[in-house]
Amino acid sequence: MQTLDLQEIGLREVNATLHAQAENTNQTAWEIVNPKGAHAIACGLDAPIEVTVRGSTGYYCAGMNQQATVNIAGSAGPGTGENIMSGKIVIEGDASQYLGATGHGGMIVVKGNASSRCGISMKGVNIVVQGNIGHMSAFMGQSGNLVVCGDAGDALGDSCYEARFFVRGSVKSLGADCVKKEMRPEHLELLKSLLDEAGIDADPSEFTRYGSARNLYNFDVDNAGAY
Amino acid sequence: MCGIVGLFLKDKSLEPQLGNMLTDMLITMTDRGPDSAGIAIYGDDSDNSMKFTVQSDTPESDFETLAKDLGDALGQTVQVEVNSTHAVLIVPAKEADSIRATLASIRPNVRVMSRGQTLEIYKEVGLPKDVAARFGLSGMHGTHGIGHTRMATESAVTTMGAHPFNTGDDQCLVHNGSLSNHNSLRRKLRREGIHIETENDTEVGAAYLTWKMREGASLGEALESALDDLDGFFTFVVGTKDGFGVVRDPIACKPAVMAETDQYVAFGSEYRALVNLPGIEDARVWEPEPATVYFWSHDSAPTTKEKAA
Amino acid sequence: MNSHDSKGIPHTTPRQSATFTQDVNSDIRRAAATGIYDIRGGGAKRKVPSFDDLLFMGASISRYPLEGYREKCETSVTIGGLHASNPIELDIPITIAGMSFGALSGPAKEALGRGASAAGTSTTTGDGGMTPEERGHSSKLVYQYLPSRYGMNPNDLRKADAIEIVVGQGAKPGGGGMLLGQKISDRVAEMRNLPKGIDQRSACRHPDWTGPDDLEIKILELREITGWKVPIYVKVAGARPYYDTTLAVKAGADAVVLDGMQGGTAATQDVFIEHVGLPTLAIVRPAVQALQDLGMHRKVQLILSGGIRSGADVAKAMALGADAVAIGTAALIALGDNDPKWESEYNKLGTTAGAYDDWHEGMDPAGITTQDPDLMARFDPIEGGRRLKNYLKVMTLEAQTIARACGKNHLHNLEPEDLVALTMEAAAMARVPLAGTEWYPGKPGTGY
Repeated sequence: MQTLDLQEIGLREVNATLHAQAENTNQTAWEIVNPKGAHAIACGLDAPIEVTVRGSTGYYCAGMNQQATVNIAGSAGPGTGENIMSGKIVIEGDASQYLGATGHGGMIVVKGNASSRCGISMKGVNIVVQGNIGHMSAFMGQSGNLVVCGDAGDALGDSCYEARFFVRGSVKSLGADCVKKEMRPEHLELLKSLLDEAGIDADPSEFTRYGSARNLYNFDVDNAGAY
Repeated sequence: MCGIVGLFLKDKSLEPQLGNMLTDMLITMTDRGPDSAGIAIYGDDSDNSMKFTVQSDTPESDFETLAKDLGDALGQTVQVEVNSTHAVLIVPAKEADSIRATLASIRPNVRVMSRGQTLEIYKEVGLPKDVAARFGLSGMHGTHGIGHTRMATESAVTTMGAHPFNTGDDQCLVHNGSLSNHNSLRRKLRREGIHIETENDTEVGAAYLTWKMREGASLGEALESALDDLDGFFTFVVGTKDGFGVVRDPIACKPAVMAETDQYVAFGSEYRALVNLPGIEDARVWEPEPATVYFWSHDSAPTTKEKAA
Repeated sequence: MNSHDSKGIPHTTPRQSATFTQDVNSDIRRAAATGIYDIRGGGAKRKVPSFDDLLFMGASISRYPLEGYREKCETSVTIGGLHASNPIELDIPITIAGMSFGALSGPAKEALGRGASAAGTSTTTGDGGMTPEERGHSSKLVYQYLPSRYGMNPNDLRKADAIEIVVGQGAKPGGGGMLLGQKISDRVAEMRNLPKGIDQRSACRHPDWTGPDDLEIKILELREITGWKVPIYVKVAGARPYYDTTLAVKAGADAVVLDGMQGGTAATQDVFIEHVGLPTLAIVRPAVQALQDLGMHRKVQLILSGGIRSGADVAKAMALGADAVAIGTAALIALGDNDPKWESEYNKLGTTAGAYDDWHEGMDPAGITTQDPDLMARFDPIEGGRRLKNYLKVMTLEAQTIARACGKNHLHNLEPEDLVALTMEAAAMARVPLAGTEWYPGKPGTGY
């Protein structure tokens, strides 16, 4: 394992070192020590490497990730994994707001809770949260899956498109155009595979599915209150 | 647009360290607010007297004979402790209400930063580390304190535009965000007779709380009604003589992280601000919920509102 | 019409209301019939104080002009040298503004790339990501980073020559958008991860940051992802230009793009276009003042857009302190948008050449603002590129002509002191004297 000390070599050097890892690098295991809440740690990675951040991070850790697996052995700041394309991010603690914003692919796993706007404008990413999520989560979610083993806050899935939401606990309120949906066998199967991939032990049958009512898909003045 | 830090000590043995810990937190938030910095510190209780922190751009001439001149004007003994551009005046409590008027006549360029029995506020334009060094913030002790680094949005970068704002005796407020209805609210509050010094949006937030409390609300109630009446984005941290509160607007875009251990409750705009606190690794770390008032108090019998946390 | 009624009492002349004009009445009838606000493309159509209200004084005895065909007048500009290791070098200070693939057809985007590259300048992507066509045909391409993040990905980000973080546009400061479903073709839908044919709602704020303190961190992230190589622009609508410019610079922008209310949009509410925002003329001086107050004028570049049409506009923008301009609507007209040769087809759509603005409906007879294969086939990207190149070159020659006449060997040496204003409004907004006087409203020390 290669160790990078953020306090010693600085952010630019940490990220440049990780960016320099090519597709077929032999050095696949990295750790970053002393993150101390710094921003933009391990963002823009694009290689099949595994990076463990030993501590809590600031804004945009693992932003726009491709291929890499990033483990955050602490809590994660706002916008972690924003616009993730592929690969995996695992957060041992809690995640702040905007987790996985606009993510296009890959998976994000949160062992603790995720804050507000989790999965905002998600475009294909899969997010699995072991605890609860905050308000306005998956606002304008376009595609991908958001799995919540705990409770969801206010306005879940407001103005969503084709993203799917699976919640085991309570939903404080649903956002505009988001409705409860039937859990069909294919959804149970999908949910099981997501939970397995996330390494989280939970029974898919205990979850409820939510998604778009598709009433806002084409403008109608009688829906004006929802805009 | 700013960085906020706050520290409320539960463990009395940390009190000599308060300034030191807050200064480190404050400097960490420099990127969020390089224009000016300020700190509110709740220190020694001045029995039967009132403390005024005042500021002057020409401290040498304004402060040299201030103790004598103010004492003569009041017919009382007044204590003056000068600290760079600021000075703390300790006056008998019964004279407190006449201090502003007396100062205005004998020292027209001296401005009042705060008034309270334990509260002192120090704030100036400049980088947080320079402001902290100027006032020797790291050497200060106290029970709790709040700091702020400012990135000005629409109002001027001046000492008076710096946070914290003193809202009433021993009260202070800092803000991250921007209020969108502060102009009309300022006009309304001025009509209500509330003194508002600047065109700064945060001062309107502070003045709003003062007004609500003047009308009989508790701080908790004033913060609750602020959620209805203040428009825009805000994370507020407020201090009172015994307590420390946090409230975020219902949209809650502006960042906020809190940490609690048996020794303290801490607030930071970012987790970075908290990383050097003792025992942070094992602290309960969480983000305050939107539209929720949090409050901690040293008072043994806090009100229900104060126990909201 | 009879001049009097049956009893011999004269009729008064029928009188149209100045409040309820025919235009207004047609708006009311349209709203009542459809139950939806009017959505259209383009910028403000109302008359606002503009660069037309300014004049250059030229040179005579007190100043010497440069000889038109012999003495050089430089036009190049470098954008983004402050923090980026690879700043953008442009031959001319006229760039092509962001217009999305989706709003425009693929061939139209290609033509913009061809024309801009041939003229030595940059073009810009839009809300919908980067297409291979425009990357391939643009020698310098600015990649917009928008609230919607449609098609956003790090591979394209690293292919860009600059990144433009879009906070707002002049047609709708503070607004998001709603593009009706007609134009969401298979390809557009795929690029935007949306189902085909549905209305596309765009958010008004970025999903993962708010305000200047967060913006500073977002800029850091984008620089880390792209290795601090390319310039980062911040585009804002003309709303509070002094503060917005100040904050963009403090957050670490290499360039500020400032868009006035005449600036176009693909589709937004007409009421927003006409009633929110500031005229381009009114936003330049406060923005330049902000840069000067920070000691950053000419270090952080100011790119002005919103209704720029001619070399005279370019010269006036630069004299007031801009480093470059951007054109959108003018470039589309150069490509052939609203050309009278399609008049009979415009008539079928209930409009006329020059007034067509329902770009979001996807039925553009000129084949530019559409995704309809038959209409798109009318537009030749090679010919379109040639026309745009010609137009850019003519604008540059015009600006040089004026600059030489003012005695300048570089366009950026033009100054506010070279200008006078024709109206009080323009004098106040541009802070240049009313023609023939030494005075403008608000001039410090004059008491007015």
